[in-house]
Amino acid sequence: MSNSNIGLVISLLIIGAGLVWLLIRSLQGKEVERRIIFLFIGLSVSVPLLFNITFSEKATPIVRAVFDKIENLPEGSRILLSFDYGPTMAPEVEPMSDVMIRHVLAKGHKLYLMGLWATGQSLGSAAVERIIKNDFPNMVDGVDYVNIGYKAGNQGVLNVIVTDFRKLYSTDVNGRDLDSLPIFNDIKSLKDMDLLISVGGGFPGVKEWVQFAGDPGNVPTAGGCAAVSAPLLYPYYPSQLLGLLGGIKGAAEYESEFKKRYKQFGDMPEPGVKMMGPQTLAHLVIMAFIVIGNLSFFFAGKGRRK
Amino acid sequence: MENSKKISIIVFAGVIVLFFVSWISKTSGFQSTGLPFGASVRDGFLITLAAFLTLAIISFLYKDNPYYKFAEHLFVGVSAAYWMCVGFWSTFVGNFIPKVSSTLSGFFEVPYKGFDIFYFVPLILGIMLLMRLSSKVGWVSRWSLAFIVGTTAGLNLIRYMRSDFISQVSNTFVPLLVEWQGTGHFFSNFNLSISGQFVMMLGNWVIFIGVFCGIIYFFFSKEHTGFFGAASKLGIWILMVTFGASFGYTVMGRVSLLVGRLTFLFRDWLGLIN
Repeated sequence: MSNSNIGLVISLLIIGAGLVWLLIRSLQGKEVERRIIFLFIGLSVSVPLLFNITFSEKATPIVRAVFDKIENLPEGSRILLSFDYGPTMAPEVEPMSDVMIRHVLAKGHKLYLMGLWATGQSLGSAAVERIIKNDFPNMVDGVDYVNIGYKAGNQGVLNVIVTDFRKLYSTDVNGRDLDSLPIFNDIKSLKDMDLLISVGGGFPGVKEWVQFAGDPGNVPTAGGCAAVSAPLLYPYYPSQLLGLLGGIKGAAEYESEFKKRYKQFGDMPEPGVKMMGPQTLAHLVIMAFIVIGNLSFFFAGKGRRK
Repeated sequence: MENSKKISIIVFAGVIVLFFVSWISKTSGFQSTGLPFGASVRDGFLITLAAFLTLAIISFLYKDNPYYKFAEHLFVGVSAAYWMCVGFWSTFVGNFIPKVSSTLSGFFEVPYKGFDIFYFVPLILGIMLLMRLSSKVGWVSRWSLAFIVGTTAGLNLIRYMRSDFISQVSNTFVPLLVEWQGTGHFFSNFNLSISGQFVMMLGNWVIFIGVFCGIIYFFFSKEHTGFFGAASKLGIWILMVTFGASFGYTVMGRVSLLVGRLTFLFRDWLGLIN
């Protein structure tokens, strides 16, 4: 039995025993303090992390659509990735941008990084240091990839660069003139991109990219978003949004699809896949809470009314 | 009262001691990996501070406390300062300077793009916006605000009309019989594949019935009885399923953030996991 399986059994036993105790307590009509609930959620997240419990993931059509789009574009295609998030959202959406950067560069496409959030600029620069300089040391900044950073204006920025980048961006984040960068030689506006990808979850984010860039510019648009905003974006799929990575589950699916196809990245960290173990257990615990709450309402509640 | 003050002082002393123990321990840990002393001290301090702030925020789950308030206020202050700095360097230096002065462009090391008088318009509007800080001429800021509100409303009206109304209506017109070639063909090729004819048809029927019944629920000009009432009830169920999906996604999002923080604590701070 592997460590992971032993961990799974131990965590299920601990949490299961606790839940039974909670059920008995609830049926007796006793109050359960909210801190006990927090403790259970903390345990259900911590134990799988400590025992490294993971589950296998398979890409669903909405995630595979993004993967296949990047995969099927001819080598050297121009893909723009926008960092529309901050550190508070990073644990959920950073795995998406990380794996997509790897995929885009592994396929030999040109990568343009930017951000509609001020925090996106430094997160983009951090991604360059963490991923591109480590995994793709031969890639040249300004030739194979570029980070043009952040401009204030939210959706107004998109409204301008959908017709002309240079009206807003004169330099990249390192202060180099855009006209001096080979990667920007034939680029006038967003319409010259082959694919737009926004990774975010708040405002401005994927929705604004659809409304202000994808639709008016008629450019294929994909997104990766925090789980909270995923239900609001599904109506755009597949006509206005060719695919969507919804929350950490989307990231995990993309990671496993990427690893399956690109064996050379076998050692690549999989934060998305690793998060799905705690996610699964935490969801099971929350479902158990819902059942316990209903049982205590129907049985213990009836008893009290009598 | 005296007792609670004593406890507060003991807790504070404990936090300070733990902070320094963690800092020293992390520093020696970094040094053992070959990192120079200065960098080890800095990284050890930063990780310890990040762990302290994480625990301070999580401590709110127990009850409100000064450590939580400190972390919260620090977060708000740092965020505001960060946005202001990035705004200055990316917009003022990145956009305004290259269009107004070759001398300043040289000073800030940005390429001069030729003089453009229209770039003074946003500068003036920006200064007017800052007038809000004065109680006497605060009213001037309303002109800039009016400009922002008007422009945003105008832009959004057009884009929402196109993307969220016309395109969404168009997306709702889906074929109810996908690639239909007769009943015989349908049953002979029946499968539950996600890209199969049956599943695609089922998806389109759900969209059609869901939109139809959802709209009926919000149609109040006719009493919800009979067929209309049944469709309205189905509309409520459709809405409930939507809210349930949103709740599920929200839970997933919040758990992801918790996993992110716990991963930091277990891996980077305590070194319990790889």
